[in-house]
Amino acid sequence: MLNFYGKTFSSRLLIGSALYPSPAIMQAAIRASGAGIVTVSLRREAAGGKTGDAFWSLIRELDVTVLPNTAGCRSVREAVTTAKLARELFGTSWIKLEVIADNDTLQPDVVGLVEAAATLIKDGFEVFPYCTEDLSVAMRLVEAGCKVVMPWAAPIGSARGIINRDALKLLRDRLPDITLVVDAGIGAPSHAAHALELGYDAVLLNTAIAKAADPVAMANAFRLGVEAGRTAYEAGLMEARDFASPSTPVIGTPFWHAVS
Amino acid sequence: MRVIVNGEPREISSASIDALLGELDYEGTHFAIALNFDVLPKARWAATALKSGDEIEIITPRQGG
Repeated sequence: MLNFYGKTFSSRLLIGSALYPSPAIMQAAIRASGAGIVTVSLRREAAGGKTGDAFWSLIRELDVTVLPNTAGCRSVREAVTTAKLARELFGTSWIKLEVIADNDTLQPDVVGLVEAAATLIKDGFEVFPYCTEDLSVAMRLVEAGCKVVMPWAAPIGSARGIINRDALKLLRDRLPDITLVVDAGIGAPSHAAHALELGYDAVLLNTAIAKAADPVAMANAFRLGVEAGRTAYEAGLMEARDFASPSTPVIGTPFWHAVS
Repeated sequence: MRVIVNGEPREISSASIDALLGELDYEGTHFAIALNFDVLPKARWAATALKSGDEIEIITPRQGG
């Protein structure tokens, strides 16, 4: 079973709640995905508004665990305060920690991320840090107390899949006891399956489902992709080889003659 | 007095957060409040006095990835 800070989940897919064509499709897609964890954010409420209440009631109907994020935060101070607001608002010590360095790539600010993670963990938070695939950064996050590390596959919303496979594989090999989630850049169920085949514990995605022509069908496809990838990992994948190796027996091949 | 609410300067007459939510016609129930970059727990909304120049963030749940 997938374990996040002592809570277990049967689905290895974490799903976002943004960008769907309608609230009803959001709910149907989340249900079809089988995900037990849904990411949400916090935003300013306009005077007179009750947008937050409407959205929150949709999420509560789903019987899922909520993972609030600090999306859009560009400094340690913003991220830490946003995390504390999330704890107050959602009544959870879980936080998907994002500190963003660059507008075009949404590249995590890994220096600020480690600092913010350490601050929040000292304050009792259970941190899900969104980071790059850099091993030294992941190790710093673990030293700070993170039991979960979430490297990107590719930039958020890019749908490019796993760009740096070897680095992600290295993270898995070097951090065998940490729950690893590929977060961001997944575009297709095959990308999700790839992450699970590498031994990643789960994937987190949003845009690839929400922006599909049929988000509910795509959510189901991702559910199957994640299940296929995990089952393949547990079954034990063969090693890649540089040369062909016939699968059909050679002995007894008709018309075969020894080369003279 | 003049304060900043969600990044916008505003002239208000309320003396507390509770009163300010009423004055600005906030109708929802799920808010978190930050006062000058510190979270202000709901239990303290009524008792915390506002002063000129305060920065107030009024935050609600929203879609996220």
